[in-house]
Amino acid sequence: MQWNSVGEFFAMGGYAFYVWGSFGACLLLMIVEPLLARRRLSEVRQSLIRERLADELDLQQKSQ
Amino acid sequence: MSQSIIQWFRFASPQSFYPLAGRMIPWFWAAAAAFGIAGLWISFFVAPTDAQQGEGYRIIFVHVPASWMSMFIYLVMAFWAGLGLALNTRVSAMMAQSLAPTGALMAALSLWTGALWGKPMWGAWWVWDARLTSELILFFLYLGFMALQAAIDDPRRADKAGAILALVGVVNIPIIYFSVKWWNTLHQGSTINLNKAPSMAQTMLWGMLLMALAFWMYSIAVSLMRVRAIILERERHTEWVKHAVE
Repeated sequence: MQWNSVGEFFAMGGYAFYVWGSFGACLLLMIVEPLLARRRLSEVRQSLIRERLADELDLQQKSQ
Repeated sequence: MSQSIIQWFRFASPQSFYPLAGRMIPWFWAAAAAFGIAGLWISFFVAPTDAQQGEGYRIIFVHVPASWMSMFIYLVMAFWAGLGLALNTRVSAMMAQSLAPTGALMAALSLWTGALWGKPMWGAWWVWDARLTSELILFFLYLGFMALQAAIDDPRRADKAGAILALVGVVNIPIIYFSVKWWNTLHQGSTINLNKAPSMAQTMLWGMLLMALAFWMYSIAVSLMRVRAIILERERHTEWVKHAVE
């Protein structure tokens, strides 16, 4: 291992902005994208559940 | 037709692909995390300091995987789009649609990390060099594919138009790949070549390959997540979808 201290690790030999800017952007986007995909799935599931509830209410009213 | 071929066609239906994708997703996330942790460990703690670029070269561990994936996802997307166009299979068109945002993300990361690498090493965030320009075109191809599909209301027509755009755009992939050979560019040559030994330390190579595997598993996991949403959105008026959400 080439690091003598935590500070040295974060300094990245003077390239901190460039190295952490690259890894940070990857990490950020790779966290945001799955969250957006998950939200999209749960949104469509919610709307399908609402739709089915509405259909069931419709049927109940018609049978009364 | 033999039994095994029929089995394969079974997964081409949204109804059976939806639960299958759901079962596969956790495994791909686990693989992405495992490769990612191993890759990051090598990237920061095992790979030695570069003689010329100091610690700045470590950007390679995300730049190269993102660039590879941006090109590879495009080929996979064009393959599924073309298959959907030829065989009219619904899941393949949905898969193409689901891959585009992840491909665009990889192209954006490739350009972003490239800019952050270019500034300290070349003294410029951006140059109109063949490699960089063709990668930028790839990013616009992804955006164009997504915009075209979103602009057409009928999903089947949107699939066809998108597939043609995706297939024509494939011409850009060899241009990106060979750009460093065909033209004199500022961008360095390929780090890994099939014909000769890699021009880098073994540990650096391992770090890069592990990170590439992590990016690959990530791309599969996230595009399977998105394709599940697309399947429900597009099949919402079918009987099976009504029973799929309890």
